[in-house]
Amino acid sequence: MKAFGKVHKYGDNVDTDVIIPARYLNSADPKELAQHCMEDIDKDFVSNVKEGDIMVAVQNFGCGSSREHAPLSIKASGISCVIASTFARIFYRNAINIGLPILECAEAAENIDGGDEVEVDFDTGVITNKTKSQTYKAQPFPDFMKDIINAGGLLKSLKK
Amino acid sequence: MAMTMTQKILAAHAGLDKVEAGQLIRCKLDMVLGNDVTTPVAINEFEKAGFTGVFNNEKISMVMDHFTPNKDIKSAAHTKQCRDFASKLKIKNYFDVGDMGIEHALLPEKGLVASGECIIGADSHTCTYGALGAFSTGVGSTDMAAGMATGEAWFKVPSAIKFNLTGKLNKYVMGKDVILHIIGMIGVDGALYKSMEFSGEGLKSLSMDDRLSMANMAIEAGAKNGIFAVDEVTKAYQADKVDRDYTVYEADPDAPYDAVYDIDLSQIKPTVAFPHLPENTKTIDEVGDVKIDQVVIGSCTNGRMEDLEMAAEIIKGKRVHEGVRCIVIPATQKIYLEAMKKGLLEIFINAGCAVSTPTCGPCLGGHMGILAKGERAVATTNRNFVGRMGHPESEVYLASPAVAAASAVTGKISSPEEVM
Repeated sequence: MKAFGKVHKYGDNVDTDVIIPARYLNSADPKELAQHCMEDIDKDFVSNVKEGDIMVAVQNFGCGSSREHAPLSIKASGISCVIASTFARIFYRNAINIGLPILECAEAAENIDGGDEVEVDFDTGVITNKTKSQTYKAQPFPDFMKDIINAGGLLKSLKK
Repeated sequence: MAMTMTQKILAAHAGLDKVEAGQLIRCKLDMVLGNDVTTPVAINEFEKAGFTGVFNNEKISMVMDHFTPNKDIKSAAHTKQCRDFASKLKIKNYFDVGDMGIEHALLPEKGLVASGECIIGADSHTCTYGALGAFSTGVGSTDMAAGMATGEAWFKVPSAIKFNLTGKLNKYVMGKDVILHIIGMIGVDGALYKSMEFSGEGLKSLSMDDRLSMANMAIEAGAKNGIFAVDEVTKAYQADKVDRDYTVYEADPDAPYDAVYDIDLSQIKPTVAFPHLPENTKTIDEVGDVKIDQVVIGSCTNGRMEDLEMAAEIIKGKRVHEGVRCIVIPATQKIYLEAMKKGLLEIFINAGCAVSTPTCGPCLGGHMGILAKGERAVATTNRNFVGRMGHPESEVYLASPAVAAASAVTGKISSPEEVM
């Protein structure tokens, strides 16, 4: 499986309150949540994002609240993959559990800029920056997590 | 191989003699928690996957605390969905307006969590129960759904950082100041994926309310859990609340730690976290002149009895500064009633504070105290991210109830000693 798209780049400690502010948590509808994704730090994200685009950030992405609304809103906005140096642990679990592909790769996080066109190969963990003609190698998932992702999320993997 | 306290609890709940950091395990759960924001998503996932029953209707807690009393029609629909689900599946520990409290104050108070237990909650501050010597961690709604269905959750066994506490806190210095000091020292990802274990001879001087507020904010250092060694204070706290047997686990003397920090409690000063990260800490003598518009005293971090007693001691006989709104939120109905009987509510109201029924409301910018553009609040809550309490250009300064109460009186961030 591969993803290809234009990059939306953010910095360190992007918290779940800015990914989806609590004032919108009176909805659990991913499409409605996606209308407000990132708006407190990037008002233009929702109008700029295209299906398949890739989100890249640096340290501790998704810190703060456990709201699953955060990865749900990112996924429903059309983002195909999030790459960061490190993820906050609850966000990491949630992304795997709902089937939003995420990759930890410090080299990619540091070198990729906003607007770069990037391809991600989930089978090999290879990230190719087409704009800069660079490749980076992400940490592969342990088999245990691959099983959850391949089943289409945690609950589907339990039902199998 | 020697194990940390967290590793021992996880091993026991995975049915294993030993576990080590990095190992992926599946654990049996003693409690699965959700609130009115996270439970609806969990119910949707639970039903979509075709589950029809829960693993144990006494080991699930649902607390309607975030947007309650319902702030709008959509929130009302969410609590209704939770209420209907709880009723249909006979969830015993469903808490709604009238008997609810803020979840992380309520569950320990009701004895629903205890030493040695393994707990998940679809709320990041579920790490609070580590104060009792439990393994307790925040997860998302899908994990909650899976936990309700199977009574199990998967974990990657964490390594740990040890905080060896010595000495005793000075007057007007609280557990909140200790945890803010620690987060300032190690950073918001300083304990990422790890346990924070608190022990040492200084522990005995820390009340359960101090410990609960410290464990509560372990997540703000990125930790998987915060956990306190169990002692006489823990046992006394649980004596009239927990009516089942519980197990006390101790870290092995030679347990491996990624780092060990010695914290002398007598050296901790009142500490304030500036916007927009809990790690941006300054001691009270470094804060300068920061004028404020609002004070919030409450939340799962600092809405307990000792927090209110401290705030009342400082505010008694004084007035909230002109132009400042001070909102006091006892965390549970029991605390509310006790504060009323002890005359604390009268002290607050006479000083010009608003006193509210329990709710998480303002902490997450939900309702009951939203900030306008450019406004500043001192809050005893746990997060000061961009837009956390309202407008993206508002600011939250995190502090103890003592500093918050003093600031309410002076209208700027102030040391309790300034007004006493």
